[in-house]
Order: sequence, then structure tokens, then C-alpha cells
Amino acid sequence: MLLIHCPYCEEDRSELEFHGAGEAHIVRPHNMAEISDDEFAEYFFMRNNEKGVTWERWRHQRGCGRFFNAVRDTVSDRFLMTYKAGLPKQAVPSADAAQAIAEEKTVETYEATEGDAR
Amino acid sequence: MSGPSKSIGAFRVAGAGRHTPARTARFTFDGKTYTAMEGDTVASALLAHGVHLLGRSFKYHRPRGVLTAGPEEPNALLDVSRDAGRRQPNVRATVQEVFDGAKIASQNRWPSLSFDVSAVNDAVSPFFAAGFYYKTFMWPKAAWHKLYEPMIRKAAGLGVAPEEDDPDHYANRYAHCDVLIAGAGVAGLTAALSAASTGASVILVDEQPEVGGALHFDTSSAIDGENGFDWAQGVAAKLKAMPNVTVLTRTTVFGYYNHGFLGLAERVTDHVAKPSTAQPRERLWQVRAKRVILATGSIERHMVFANNDRPGIMLASAARSFLNHHGVVVGRTVGVYTAHDSAYEAAFDLKRAGVQIAAIVDCRTQPGEAVLAEASALKINVITGHSVVDTGGRLRVSSMTVARNGNFDRRKIKIDALIVSAGWTPSVHLFSQSRGKLKFDEARQRFVPDIYAQNCVSIGACNGTDDLAETIDEAITAGGGQAVVVGETRFQWTGGMIGAAEGAGPETSVKAFIDFQHDVTAKDIRLAVREGMHSIEHIKRFTTNGMASDQGKLSNMHGLAIAAEMLGRPIPKVGLTTFRAPYTPVTYGTLINHSRGALFDPTRKTPMHALQEAEGAAFEDVGNWKRAWYFPKRGEDMHAAVNRECRTAREVAGVFDASTLGKIEVVGPDAAKFLNLMYTNAWDTLKPGKCRYGIMTREDGYIYDDGVVGRIAEDRFHVTTTTGGAPRVLNHMEDYLQTEFPDLDVWLTSVSEQWAVIAVQGPKARDIIAPFVEGQDLSNEAFPHMSVAECTVMGVPARLFRVSFTGEVGYEINVPSDYGAAVWSAIWERAKGMGACLYGTEAMHVLRAEKGYLIVGQDTDGTVTPDDAEYGWAVSKKKTDFVGIRGLKRPDISRAGRKQLVGLYTKDPKEVLEEGGAGGCRSEPAEADDHARPCHLVLLVGKLRPLDRIRACGQWPGAGGRDALCADGGPDDCRRGYRSRILRQGRRPHQWLISVLRRLPRPLPPAACRYPARMAARPPFGWNWPHRRSACRCVCGPAMLRQCRLPSGLICLCDRRRPQPPTVAPRSGSGRTSGS
Repeated sequence: MLLIHCPYCEEDRSELEFHGAGEAHIVRPHNMAEISDDEFAEYFFMRNNEKGVTWERWRHQRGCGRFFNAVRDTVSDRFLMTYKAGLPKQAVPSADAAQAIAEEKTVETYEATEGDAR
Repeated sequence: MSGPSKSIGAFRVAGAGRHTPARTARFTFDGKTYTAMEGDTVASALLAHGVHLLGRSFKYHRPRGVLTAGPEEPNALLDVSRDAGRRQPNVRATVQEVFDGAKIASQNRWPSLSFDVSAVNDAVSPFFAAGFYYKTFMWPKAAWHKLYEPMIRKAAGLGVAPEEDDPDHYANRYAHCDVLIAGAGVAGLTAALSAASTGASVILVDEQPEVGGALHFDTSSAIDGENGFDWAQGVAAKLKAMPNVTVLTRTTVFGYYNHGFLGLAERVTDHVAKPSTAQPRERLWQVRAKRVILATGSIERHMVFANNDRPGIMLASAARSFLNHHGVVVGRTVGVYTAHDSAYEAAFDLKRAGVQIAAIVDCRTQPGEAVLAEASALKINVITGHSVVDTGGRLRVSSMTVARNGNFDRRKIKIDALIVSAGWTPSVHLFSQSRGKLKFDEARQRFVPDIYAQNCVSIGACNGTDDLAETIDEAITAGGGQAVVVGETRFQWTGGMIGAAEGAGPETSVKAFIDFQHDVTAKDIRLAVREGMHSIEHIKRFTTNGMASDQGKLSNMHGLAIAAEMLGRPIPKVGLTTFRAPYTPVTYGTLINHSRGALFDPTRKTPMHALQEAEGAAFEDVGNWKRAWYFPKRGEDMHAAVNRECRTAREVAGVFDASTLGKIEVVGPDAAKFLNLMYTNAWDTLKPGKCRYGIMTREDGYIYDDGVVGRIAEDRFHVTTTTGGAPRVLNHMEDYLQTEFPDLDVWLTSVSEQWAVIAVQGPKARDIIAPFVEGQDLSNEAFPHMSVAECTVMGVPARLFRVSFTGEVGYEINVPSDYGAAVWSAIWERAKGMGACLYGTEAMHVLRAEKGYLIVGQDTDGTVTPDDAEYGWAVSKKKTDFVGIRGLKRPDISRAGRKQLVGLYTKDPKEVLEEGGAGGCRSEPAEADDHARPCHLVLLVGKLRPLDRIRACGQWPGAGGRDALCADGGPDDCRRGYRSRILRQGRRPHQWLISVLRRLPRPLPPAACRYPARMAARPPFGWNWPHRRSACRCVCGPAMLRQCRLPSGLICLCDRRRPQPPTVAPRSGSGRTSGS
């Protein structure tokens, strides 16, 4: 069970208190009613869903109730950093963390071992 | 061997073992009574009486005995019961401690353990090769579920699951610590001493009843000058006395998760003869440790050779444990077959205890010199460069066949037990669970920890450290503090092998077992490779190697080596299967502990719950809420009760508990602006003192929630949501408020449980509540429909809404929850006197359906727009922004021909459609050929011809300019101002159909025909009623299904779907084609 740092409470809390809320830094158009179908599709339907480092929104649902942003590596399931909602997209934090990501090889998934076997 | 007491077993050795002779316990095994010593495991107690046959194997039903002396046991699984209500199958005999009165039975045999009919499986085993299920039981497909699987499950298997409720209780604890140490052998104990000396909080965990680990059997190591096991107990006592140390025995660290989070299962009373009822049977510990020290030791492997599974064949370390710890010898004439020095020590111990060692057969040519010298001193016959190539005996091993390696000459040696060792596998399970990466140590042929993913360290045998002094050094360093521990050991072990031994090689067809519990042999692994499985993951699944409850603790390395040999690839290239939690089986009771029965899920009750219970209410679950469903009087069934409640509410009045509605207080200068963005309607035009029905959509335009919102003051709104939707609506609002509209000055507060809500509906509603209300004129002029006021009711501050969910005059009285019961009692007292009734949710559903009110989540499924539900009027045309404004303009949302929420009548008023059945309905795309026909026919496939017997009628509130008409309302409908219309396909009414409709009989009086939909039986066989969430291709709303008014026919209701050209492409798969 992960520990997640809430940037509002400023402490690490158990994963049980949090709830994911999708990709971060998707700005709702101010002229919502006027945008084209393509723009709406881009805003509403399209998500990067990247393998690796992603920027996501989380809510400290059973805590302070605040939404915040997190940088998480979907391969290692590590939170690299969290920051308050409204702040601009943050760079992948420190060299250490980047190192950690680089070292994090894919776990022994079915695909990985299958690949090896070939 | 001198004078063992007969009663505690002929194979006890006087003076050996650590149990107290005076303390005995009696238990039965397969009906026969035995006496054990306290501290015995079931395995040691039975071995003491010479009982080696403990079970039958999974697939071939071969006789099996005890293989190990610890939790890795794959073979000796037994059924242990304490009393009639307490029985547990598949208990490892090597783990379960004997307690007085235990009833123990063998499993997977019939009629008896020694004569098992299914043992014929062994003879016909060529037909049961690995993967035979997959190939044999392919056809006919339907037979798998009905015939093959039940048959296979019956034939193959372990114990039988108990059917009774578990009478025991289980506990749960959370803990935090600086250091958690898994394993309390030499390494773990030393590390604990070291860590504790720093003042850190330490939790030391061991799965055995006593600390010591390998010191249980290893009597040749001395630590700090004393016997290893005694030293361990001394250290444990010292640690227990320290305030910063917790020592947990009989506790398994079964899982190592993220961020130092570990799961521990503590067995509290399983070893106690008469457990206190105050004690839990087991306890789950959820520990968050800053640092973890893994001192989990290693596990001895068996040798893989022909017929290596007979009872009496066991690991050398197991035999040593039984002797040195339990005082039991495993035979009188014992053979040894080994590839590792450790088995020699077992032979030495046995020899000293008076057992005859038939021979030590070592497949190596050069065993360790020290052990050879000792063997010679003890006059034990050592045969090097030889292998055991077969064994004899039926229910117990009676001989071993020995051959020189590479030679066909064989000789048989009589034995009654055979102890084996192929070396030791570091127990890296927890390390791997923590996502650490292993590396393969070529020299010692084993995987050891390499890259750590968490703040943990492996020490001792689980780290591949063999030397005692090195282990102690590692442990002291890992603990981070000071400790002085000096260990000496007599023998340095060498050797070890993985894979098949002599005589079980690739060209042979003998049964050389790798995985005892799942009956996987070396041959099966080779077959898997020949069949094209090249990844160890595939081989595992094809053969089921390592998939039994022991999770391959003994078998995985052997299987891997054999696969690697077949594939001609180095072992690391073949890969290692993933280690997953739990390390050993954990009971469901431990995992769920308190969360069962009433504590499984919270139950929410309204303040008036008890009062309604006293009135005889039947309750239904709505989310976590208990809501009054209906109030049957004596002799009434649900139909009758609901009909009465509906009629009374229409004619007099009804009182209803609406407290479960979600309520959110929206406060602040920008509150109206915020609600404008959240709801499709306009809110700035709403005057204080008024309320309005609002629809909330998501950004994609689909209905998310609805409810009445009252404006209490300029800057204060009382928002209601659906009962189930309250949390998500608040989350949705918070999301937008915090992240999209943070500039708005608004606060949101959940007040769902702060207000009790008493709804009084019906013609006499005003008369009923009038005497209680102060501070508000209730006249129509002063307090018209859709008004809200703050006033007092019975002197209690209240928010009074004039709203109706039934179509009658109605009030909803909100009072603080603490006053709910008192106000309810008074109002109900008066209402009763005036002829009113209490009504429940079922009547509420009928009443609102007649009114045409929507229930979000019941009539909608997340793909319904306001327009689809005929609520297009609630969408503001003037606002420039709200959540969903753009989504509603999407081409698919605004196209013609979308499914529409409509109502249904059944021809026979007694015919009640299943709720959500004919409704539900929006989720499925139409069949291609449906487009050519009126969609309501789909309901009647095989029963009616198109059009000729259709009776269609739908009724809807609100206007909408549909191309449909009809007036089939009747006076009853008209009174309430409904507009009943027929909705049919096409732009223009079909004159012919209209004429049919005009000839319809008049509706029955309402009370006779309101059948609660949830009581409905399934439709008769052959009727293609769509069931819940399945397939009505028409779009009929379930709401309307509740009424069954026309005595004449099916009903429909249909939609404004226009004929579309049939889709040419056949439907592929089950893919949905509708919308987004």
C-alpha cells in the first residue's frame, strides 16, 4: 500500500485515503460552448495514457478533501512528487528520482519473460 | 534406542527433543487415538507412532507422507477439526501443533487412506500427462461446465471446504515500527539485538512457535558458547523484556507491499486445546516499517529421482528437526540420498540416536572432507558417485535401488525411511515481493538478492550467506547497532544440485516428482517444452508446477533447471516465475477479520428508522441506507400494501421518510454562479424562497444527477441529490470548484445526515402539517408549489419545501436529525387520525412513475441526455457555459433517432414487467433488422405479428413537439394534467394504429392496476423480454413499466427513432456500436 504525500496536509498518508482523478493539466476551455468537435474531443476524450512518467490528479478524499497533482511512474507505481492544484506542470523532480526510474526495469511480467524466451 | 514410552510413540528417543515428557495431548487421526507431547506438530506426533502415510496425492492418488518439517510442506495436508463447527481442510501437518482433543483426518481418498479406489489413476497415468485437460476436454464445449469440470474437480483435489459459518473471530491490528525483522533464526535474532540497541522500535516476527529457525535442527552450531537453540530462547527472552521490541511468534510475514507495508498473519489459538472465547483465532497485522530486515533463511530441496514420493522419504533437515526438536526418529533403518553435505549431519544425528544408517548415497564424487571424516568415524557407509534410481514399497518406502552413476548395475538396499537433500534454496520470496531484482549465482546454482527496490536488506541464508560468522556480521551491520555474538559451527557445507538426478533424465519415463502437491514430474516439464512452451511462465501454467498452495517452494528451482536443460539455455535466460503474496496460505478469516456480518459494510439508518420499524415496515437496501419499502398490514402482501399506499396517498395523504436524499449546502457570494455552471438550468433567476428542479450533466452531456434545489438566501442554496449519488455529486462539485473555477467564492458542505426529511404528500397534506408549522403561511398564494421557507415545525428550526415527487400537493419538512423522530411521531399521529398512511419506496416509485418523474440511475444509465429523457426543457438555452454544454452539441447527441425514454403498459394488468427489464433498455444497440420494424416489436419476438396487436401508449410530462399523438389518458390521467401520447416511429402518425388505439378499453381504476414492478415474475418461457440491463432494443423507460393499466395489450411505447437503413456489415463480436 502506497504512501502518498498530500501537498496540502504536508505529510505522507496511506493510499486508502486517496482517490485518483485522471490525467492532470487538461485545461477546460473558457469558451466551452464555441469549441469545435475536434477541440472538444481533444479536451474530453483524448488522454495520453503513457507508460512511464505521468502527471495525474488525485484527491485526498478521506483527508483534507483537496485535489492535487502528482507525478507518478506507472511502471514502478512510484509517486515521484506531488504538488498543489493550479501550479504549472512540474518537471520530473530530482536526479535521484530520475535515476530510480532509469534503474527500475520492467518487473517480470508475462511479456518480459516471454520476450526473453524468444 | 532406549525405553521410549509406548504411549507417546514407539519412535520417540529418550533424552532427545525439547518437549516436556509429562505434558501430553491426545488426538485422533482417521478415527484412531494417539498420544502426543505438547509442542509436537501433527507430523511429529504421527511419526512418533510410526505413521508415515498421511494423504493421497492430487492427481494420481499416490500414497504420500511427510516431506518437510516446516511451512513449505507440500504433501501432508490434513483436515483438522476442533469441534462440529470448527473444521479446516488442507492444514499442513508440519505446521499444525497438536492440541488435546484434535480430530484429524486425511483427505482426497476413498474409501480409506490405505485403500483408495482412485489410485487407479496412477496406473493409467500415461493418459493424464501435463496439459491433458486442455486437449482432452475440448468437445463438446458445453460439457466442460456441466460434466468435465465437476468430474475433474471431484477426482482431483485436496480437502473439502467447510460449509458452516466460521464461529471464530479474527482480529486486526495496525502497527508502525522503525525496523521489522522477518525471521528469528541466528540472523534475525542477532539483527534484532543490534537494532534494539539503537533504541529503534523493532518488530521481530517468526512463523514457528519458538524462535531459532534452523537452530531447531542444527545442533552442531554453538553460539556464545551455548547450544544454538538455547541461545535463541535466551535472546528472545531478552528482547521481549525490552520496551522497544515486539516479538511475534506463530506469525507469518505473508506479504511485502509498497513503501514498507507488510502483512502479517498471527495464529493465536490454533495450538490451544481450549481457547478463550475472548481471544481471536488469528490476527492480521498491517505494519508500516521504515526499514525491513529479511532473515528468512533457506529451504532445503528434495532430490528428483524415480518414485521419490513414497511415504518415508523426506528432507534430511526434516528428519533432523523431528529428532533434535521433537525427539522422534523417522525410521529404524534409514537411507540417505544427497548432493549436499547437510544430509550427512542428519545421518550423524540419527546414528547417534541409535538409528541404523543403511548408507549415504552421494551422487557427487567429492563430498566435503569434514563430513566424510565424521562419517567414517561413526562407521557410516558412504557411497559416492552413486545415485538412488528407484525406491520400493507401497504405503511406505521399503527399499532404495542404488546404481553407480552412468552404470546399469543396480542393487537394492532395504530401508524404512529415506532422507534426501539436493541443497538449499534461499528464501527470497519477500525480497521479490518488495520488487527487488534477483541475480543468478552460477557457482552455487541459486538466485540471490541483487537490486533492492525498498529500504530493506537481506541477511544470512536468504542472502546466500552460508557461513555462520558472516551471517552474524551481516546481521549486526543490518541492525545498525551493537551486539556481540560469536558463533561456531562444526561443518562447512558444500554441494547442491538442481534439476533431475541420475535415472530421471531426459530419455527416461519414470515418475520423478518435482511438485508433490500437484503431481508434476520431471517428464511433465520436458513434455511442456516439447509442446512449445519456452517461457517458464508458460511451462508453469501448462504443467501447474509451482501452482499449488506451497507455491513451488521446493519445486520451482528443479522445474526451472529441467526446462533450461531441455531448452539448452542458461537458467537466468529461462526466467523465474514471479513471487507473489501470500508467502504461505492465509485464511480468509484473517484477511477479512472484523469485516463480516453486520460489520461487513456500514448500515445507514435514518432518524425515523425505529419508528417505521415499529409500524411494520419492510426495508430495502439503497446503497448503504435502509429505506422503508412498504408497510404491510396484517394479511397484506406487497401488492396489496403498495396498492393501498398509492390509493391512500392519492386520496388522502401519505407520510414518507425522505431523509436519505443527498443534501449539499452551497454557500457563498458566487453560489448562484457556481450552480449555473454545475446544472443545466439557470439559477440566478431563482428567487430566495423558491426551489427548482435541476439536472446535472457531465461534460459529455449525459445526465449525472438531478434534484430539487432551494434558494434559502441570496448566497445560500439547499441542494438535494439522489440518495446514492450524494458522494459523487459532492466530489464532482468539489472537483470543478477546486480545479476549474477556483476563483468562485463558494463553500460546499455535505448535510445529508444533518437534516431529517419528512415528506407529506396528498390532498390533505396541508391540513396535516398546518398545526405544526410556525412562521410560514401555508396558503397556496403565500406558499405555492416549488417554494421553500425557513420556519419552525413544533418549535424546531426547519426548512420547509413545497415539492412533490408524487404529483399530489406535497411538503418536505427538513428538521435537524436529532429532532426527526419527535417531529415524525407528532406528524404521523395526526396524519393517522386523518386517514393518511405511511408509504415506502415502492409506492413512491409507482406514484412518481405515474407522474412521469425521472429517477436517475434507474431510468438512466449514464448514456441518457436530458433530451432523451424528455427533460430537454431543463436545459438552459441562454447560458453560455455549464458543465455539459458542449457535450450536448456533439453530433451523436443531437442526431435524430436517438433512443428515447418512454412508458409501457402491459395488456394484462396483472402482467408486471420486471423492473429494469424492459426498461434498462438504453444500453443495447438495435439489431440491424430492427430498424425496418417498429422497435417495440422486439419485445414480442415470436409472439405477435408486427403491428397488429400493438397497444401503445406513453405518457409524458412536458411538451416536446414529438410526432406522436394519442389521447388515451382517461379521466384519471387528465385530472393530474398528464399528457398521454403515443410515440411511434416515423414523422407522421399512422392512422391505422391510431384507430386501433381508440378502440382500446378504458383503463382500469388506478388502484387495481398498480403492480409493483419488483414483484414481477420472469416472463413466460419463449418471451424475449429483455432482462435487467440486457437488451430491450426499444427504449422504454422502466419508470412506466410499473403501471399496468390497459387490460388489452402490450404496451409500448416507443421512440422517435426513425427508420434507418439496415446496417450491412454483420455485427462482429459483442462490440457496442452506440454512442460514445
